[in-house]
Amino acid sequence: MHAEMLVLQFSREVVDQPIIYRLVKDFSLEFNLLKAAINPRQEGLIVMELRGHPKDFRRGLKYLRESGVKVKKVAGEVRRNEERCYQCGTCTAVCPTGALHVERPEMAVAFEATRCSACELCCSVCPAHAMEVKLNRSAL
Amino acid sequence: MANYQVNKTYQEINEKIKKGQAVVVTAEEIIDIVRRKGEAEAARTVDVVTTGTFSPMCSSGAIINFGHTKPPIKASKVWLNNVPAYAGLAAVDVYLGATEPTEDDPLNKVYPGEFKYGGGHVIQDLVAGKAVHLVAEAYGTDCYPNKRVEKEITLKGVVNAVLFNPRNCYQNYNCAVNLSNRTIYTYMGPLRPRAGNANFCTAGQLSPLFNDPYYRTIGIGTRIFLGGAVGYVCFPGTQHNPGKPRGENGVPLGPAGTLMVLGDLKKMSPRYLVGVSLLGYGCSLTVGMGIPIPMLNEDIAHYCAISDDQLLAPIVDYGHDYPAATGRILGQVSYAQLKSGKMDLDGQEIPTVPLSSLVRAREVAQLLKEWIEKGQFLLGEPVDMLPGSEEVHCIRTASRDS
Repeated sequence: MHAEMLVLQFSREVVDQPIIYRLVKDFSLEFNLLKAAINPRQEGLIVMELRGHPKDFRRGLKYLRESGVKVKKVAGEVRRNEERCYQCGTCTAVCPTGALHVERPEMAVAFEATRCSACELCCSVCPAHAMEVKLNRSAL
Repeated sequence: MANYQVNKTYQEINEKIKKGQAVVVTAEEIIDIVRRKGEAEAARTVDVVTTGTFSPMCSSGAIINFGHTKPPIKASKVWLNNVPAYAGLAAVDVYLGATEPTEDDPLNKVYPGEFKYGGGHVIQDLVAGKAVHLVAEAYGTDCYPNKRVEKEITLKGVVNAVLFNPRNCYQNYNCAVNLSNRTIYTYMGPLRPRAGNANFCTAGQLSPLFNDPYYRTIGIGTRIFLGGAVGYVCFPGTQHNPGKPRGENGVPLGPAGTLMVLGDLKKMSPRYLVGVSLLGYGCSLTVGMGIPIPMLNEDIAHYCAISDDQLLAPIVDYGHDYPAATGRILGQVSYAQLKSGKMDLDGQEIPTVPLSSLVRAREVAQLLKEWIEKGQFLLGEPVDMLPGSEEVHCIRTASRDS
């Protein structure tokens, strides 16, 4: 299973096409909408988590791009402020992807940005406010 | 007095420290040394064992004397960066508690509350050298006519600032799980439903009171590492309860001893005093503390060598038992197990989550070791011992340990 948080920008030309439907039907991908602003004959925007077999995921992304949808990955947009983080491990209680995990035997808390789905659960539980969201403002 | 093979005094060890000859190891390093050489030989070769812990310690705060103003004020209400401080102390003395939230914080009205800023954060800002906005109100007297003061204060500029923590450094603590059907947000961190995770909050074998379970060296007057500077144990902490059940090795099986500590805040560092927000619970202060243990005899070495696999935490359900104060314990789990990343509870494998930073606790123990090796830090011989050091009395205290 592979999951990523994506920001999709629909141009005026493609906004009325059933693109998300095709993602599900043709590529067996699951989606979880976080934000959607779609208006007929205007530009649209969707923020969603897309999840599926890595192969399907790649094909799905290719399909999106070929359809004229601009795809930006939100993954990696959650950053750790290394100054503030004191390596306690509280975040590992909620991190769904294991991007935040404890390395043993050092008991150091590692953050692998590539595994981060930008769900932001860590941001509110981090006692030291070390996990910061850098929203892709240009995309939103 | 017991007949020991090794008999060292504080004075002898301090003489060695002054000469730069003291042998200092951390509470993790001593374990192997005792295993290899035996207790007596370890006590003979090693002079001091340094411990360390780095955890949120809610019963913490600072006494600040912000200096007399012109005209003078007898402050009765004081806010620091909009966080209320207790001002019912003379004219310009205040006590700022770590868990005090900002005056207009929404608290848990929007659940779970974020508690973004509070007393602990003000303390960290002060030690970081930042200016803090002070507002003081008073009713006015003939001798203190001023009724309102507003000014920026800095740690350097105030007359006195003392970190004074009524209860720190718990000897052992609960391992928290949640057996209810919804996620809960506690001072033990977020707990997912149906025992989705198990949180623990001590440094285990590196933690100060685990290494001196009967308080034979840690007492009133012990000089310690506190928040990056020198501090002192000034009394048993509130809720200090040496009478809690102990295992065969003498170590308490649940939260038992505590320490009241203080030190000059002006000398402390924001690296070892961190203001924290515990989602759905409140604000707090994470405190870095290290306590040196003198190797007076082989008995002391024996207790320092007790390792994570022999230290047990009680497993407590924070979904029901803790808020209902039933006192029920689901079982015991070793710190070796807790640090391994998973534990077993009635056949269910649960991921374990540390809330206490072992990385920083090691840093504290290492730094204290270096101070002692360089002759910058001498041991303080207790002027009085803590309750529980002679015989174990069953002291009546509150049944809750938070």
